[in-house]
Amino acid sequence: MAMNGLLPDFLVTKLDFVANLVRKHSLWPMPFATACCGIELMATAASRYDIARFGSEAMRFSPRQCDLMIVAGRVVMKMVPVMQRIWQQMPEPKWCISMGACASSGGVFDTYCTVQGIDRFIPVDVYVPGCPPRPEQLIRAVLDIQEKVTRTGTMDAREFADRNSYEGPTSLAKELAPEEAITAPGNYRTATRLRMPLL
Amino acid sequence: MNTLETLTLKFPEAFTTSEFRGQRRVHIGTEKTGQLFDMMKCLKSECGFDFLCDITCVDYLNYPKAADRFGVVYALTNLATGERIFVKAFANDPEPALPSVFELWNGADWMEREVYDMYGVRFEGHPDLRRILMPDEFAAFPLRKDYPLRGFGERHNFETITRSES
Repeated sequence: MAMNGLLPDFLVTKLDFVANLVRKHSLWPMPFATACCGIELMATAASRYDIARFGSEAMRFSPRQCDLMIVAGRVVMKMVPVMQRIWQQMPEPKWCISMGACASSGGVFDTYCTVQGIDRFIPVDVYVPGCPPRPEQLIRAVLDIQEKVTRTGTMDAREFADRNSYEGPTSLAKELAPEEAITAPGNYRTATRLRMPLL
Repeated sequence: MNTLETLTLKFPEAFTTSEFRGQRRVHIGTEKTGQLFDMMKCLKSECGFDFLCDITCVDYLNYPKAADRFGVVYALTNLATGERIFVKAFANDPEPALPSVFELWNGADWMEREVYDMYGVRFEGHPDLRRILMPDEFAAFPLRKDYPLRGFGERHNFETITRSES
């Protein structure tokens, strides 16, 4: 065997590490697409951008089979209970991407029926700016989720138990611990953000 | 005999007319809305306006020189000749109401529900006058001019789900 002598026969690591390694490379998205961001979401899943390269191509239209909710598009007040119900139907561990200006802040729709940011009602892990965001930005968000899983994920999803307060727009910064926040060093203009070393 | 002559013969002094860029318009004042259903019936059966394109509404609150508050506009089409006619009936606060034309055009069902949902104009005789776009528990009529653009906070009147309890 060519590998003989190069790798040890056994490996010592944490169970959390193994779970995160497996989970982050098979995030199954729940496409909660309500507007034009959904078209970009479809483009991201299609052949040109191919989100399958990052293990997230298995979009399921049943929330019980998903662990990553992508809210793509504006959410109106009639849709909020539906969104919360879908979010609660997803099994742990689960994460949420707020895709686009409308889902994150209401966008240009500052009217009586449009919710000004879904983070007022459900917890959001990664926000994607843009109107609509390009597929590269959504791929970047998926990579950010992967990084968050790597850094904070645990085998039995116990890291979520600490997040028991409102994470909406005003208090997002102070409620999250520093190690939970997404920090990605590197050059934003050339998309060469460094990956943090694993453990 | 054209449409307006027929209408004038059957409903003298019930309406006024105007014309704008070839569009014929019939205005029915608030005291004459009791004749609205019969006029629409006449338009449908005798003048050939067999298709109800749309029902919509205008809120004339704070509009210069407006006498009545709500103007409900019925757009009718004669499918044989392509003629169009616009009938505008007025209603006023409190409790603006008009007779329903559901008996003539069953397609008026959802259009009248939409006008009721957005403006609060009731249609007497409608079989199922409920809200169609806004949730049932919504209390206001959002396209009225005295309703603020951002609403009264209904859009954020929901429970927040935190991460640990979901």
